[in-house]
Amino acid sequence: MGTQFQPIAPRPSPVRQSGPLVWARRNLFADWRSSLFTLIIGAVLVWALPRLWQWVIAGAVFQPDPNACQAARGVGACWGVIAEKYRVILFGRYPYDEQWRPLVATLLMVATVVVSCMRVFWTRWLALIWVASLAGFFVLMGGGVPGLSKVRTELWGGLPLTLMLAVLSLFLAFPLAVLVALGRRARLPAIRTISVLYVELVRGVPLISVLFMASFMFPLFVPQGVTVDVLVRVVAGLTLFIAAYMAETVRGGLQAVPKGQFEAADSLGLGYWQAQRLIVLPQALSMVVPSIMNTFISLFKDTSLVTIVSLYELTGALALALNSDVQWRPFKLEAYFFITLIYFSGCFAMSRYSLWVEKQLAASKAR
Amino acid sequence: MTTPASPPPPSRRWSLNSRATRGVLYQLLALALLGLGLWYLAHNTQANMQARGIQSGFDFLGASAGFDIGETLIRYDPSQSYGKAIWVGVLNTVKVALAGIVFTTLLGVALGVGRFSRNALVRGLCYGYVELFRNVPLLLQLLMWYLVFIELLPASNEAMSLAGLVFLSKGGLSVPWPTAGVGAVIAGLAVGAVAGVLWRRRVQRRFEATGQDGDRLWVPLALLLVCAVLGWVVAGMPREWSVPEQLPFMVDGGLSLTPEFLALLIGLTTYTAAFVAEVVRGGIQSVSRGQDEAASALGLNPRQKMKLVVLPQAMRVIIPPLTNQYLNLTKNSSLAVVVGYPDVVSIANTTINQSGRAVECIAIIMLVYLSTSLTTSLLMNWYNRRMAIKER
Repeated sequence: MGTQFQPIAPRPSPVRQSGPLVWARRNLFADWRSSLFTLIIGAVLVWALPRLWQWVIAGAVFQPDPNACQAARGVGACWGVIAEKYRVILFGRYPYDEQWRPLVATLLMVATVVVSCMRVFWTRWLALIWVASLAGFFVLMGGGVPGLSKVRTELWGGLPLTLMLAVLSLFLAFPLAVLVALGRRARLPAIRTISVLYVELVRGVPLISVLFMASFMFPLFVPQGVTVDVLVRVVAGLTLFIAAYMAETVRGGLQAVPKGQFEAADSLGLGYWQAQRLIVLPQALSMVVPSIMNTFISLFKDTSLVTIVSLYELTGALALALNSDVQWRPFKLEAYFFITLIYFSGCFAMSRYSLWVEKQLAASKAR
Repeated sequence: MTTPASPPPPSRRWSLNSRATRGVLYQLLALALLGLGLWYLAHNTQANMQARGIQSGFDFLGASAGFDIGETLIRYDPSQSYGKAIWVGVLNTVKVALAGIVFTTLLGVALGVGRFSRNALVRGLCYGYVELFRNVPLLLQLLMWYLVFIELLPASNEAMSLAGLVFLSKGGLSVPWPTAGVGAVIAGLAVGAVAGVLWRRRVQRRFEATGQDGDRLWVPLALLLVCAVLGWVVAGMPREWSVPEQLPFMVDGGLSLTPEFLALLIGLTTYTAAFVAEVVRGGIQSVSRGQDEAASALGLNPRQKMKLVVLPQAMRVIIPPLTNQYLNLTKNSSLAVVVGYPDVVSIANTTINQSGRAVECIAIIMLVYLSTSLTTSLLMNWYNRRMAIKER
């Protein structure tokens, strides 16, 4: 018999490349600095999370009972303040018995926004849906038709007002923004100068000064004897303000349309407006949809500023609900968290959506 | 203003079909409409003001204001003029905006860089921070910070204290502060900074000419320190510190910051930092991987790669939107009115309520912000021209 069979030493089994332990080693304990951060943050979390749980859930008072809330101060949150005051926070000074109307109007508005975000509905009918929905909103809120009593606009407030200000200003600002953006790229120097002046002037001043103008100066602008509803004035101010920002966004889209497209339109014999309408704007506008979404998000947040000129939208309605109520005023922070949640979920959802649209656009451009 | 870009060809000079003629017509029409609109507004305004007996003009700026201002950088008392009061407001705006810009930059850059951390917890925290803070209206955040200051902190007769030096209460934050010589030290620092920049420029010139690198960090730092000490010496070497102390009803002494200022500063900083973090992240991401690999291929070490290759390119992307955020912060400081910090807008607001000069006061507000914005954009254009990629 010759040499005996000698197996070579087995190779070590391969190091695991996946799994929670490997992930932790790479992402939490990669080197000593990373490990240090993990330990510090982990310690803070271990300290903070139980306390947070205690304050938010375990020790919190959920019943609208001011005495129980007072007793739980410092131990737990008082969510009872929301149970007690949510109607005023959400609907402002709207007559109590009629508050199903702002509720339906809000749901209508939200539903329309959601519907317009869905691809199936991106047709010409969407415009009609919007017109119908806005008309429905104003009829519901304002009343004055058989079956619905008239409610003056000073009494509108809360969430429907916030939504209305944001949506209406966006819609009104859009055509203006497109015109100004076209004007900024026009061949005619006077038109260009006017557009540039408008955009730079408005973007150079804070929104609050525009709102002051709407509330203090606008009454001086109209002929004597004419009074303009404060809501109309504020919407006008917001529209003029946001249009300048949106015009810059649209201009970015126009600049991104290749020169060849303009030349092709010219060579087809299209006039200026035909070329813009049929060739340039469809391409430019579809490119800027995500940016317009972002404009809408900031507009949605900016509506909170109308509180300063005494309109009771969401933030203002909160002050209305709590500032004069000695019993509940100490629990303002909890109420703030409530509307923070509303604003946050709206803005966060929209920003996620805008990212999705961006991806869709990128996919449509890929060849 | 109405001359067309190129003169119309002579053969079709006055034809309505000529593009140039129509261009002139459109422009005349637009100008006429605009002029008419403005005239109409001005006319109505004048008629309304006459009818309501509102006076116009800026002469009211000389009249005595009659209201007190909570915090001022310069000496002010209610008997002084509206003009002085508004100037106090402008200075307060500048104060909060400058402090905000400094802190926002620090926090924002840290958060933006943190998004690239190797540590998942750090990444997650930075992401959560950015999403949380930029999706909630600033006004609401300001109200919440202010609420924290005026309701949740202890009263000023039992302030929280840190080693008996720093006090925090409903009355604000008090920290030890030297009684004299601060101005001289700051002037020294400024001189030191200029000297440091000049030194670095010299080193750079020599590097470009001869390839010999010099020290770019320690010498400027030393210059800064020496000049600051010189400033202190020039001021007579003051050694007195004013240390805040707890009195029966309040905290006295030291440098005290009001809760209004702190709420506004913290709110503006934390909000804008979320946006700055996104700007920084975008800038770093915009530098393509190939640049990094090419730098490695040239044999640069990680620090050199960052300093010489990645950062210069990222900065070109970061600076313009960053400036925009600084401008936003400055404009957002006008929300001071909701926490009662006396910035230019809230003082102008008080002035409107007292004197009824709405048109003039709003014009002043707009002028203040416009001049800031326009100056910044001029500087930005100059910077962009300097930083633009020099193509062949």
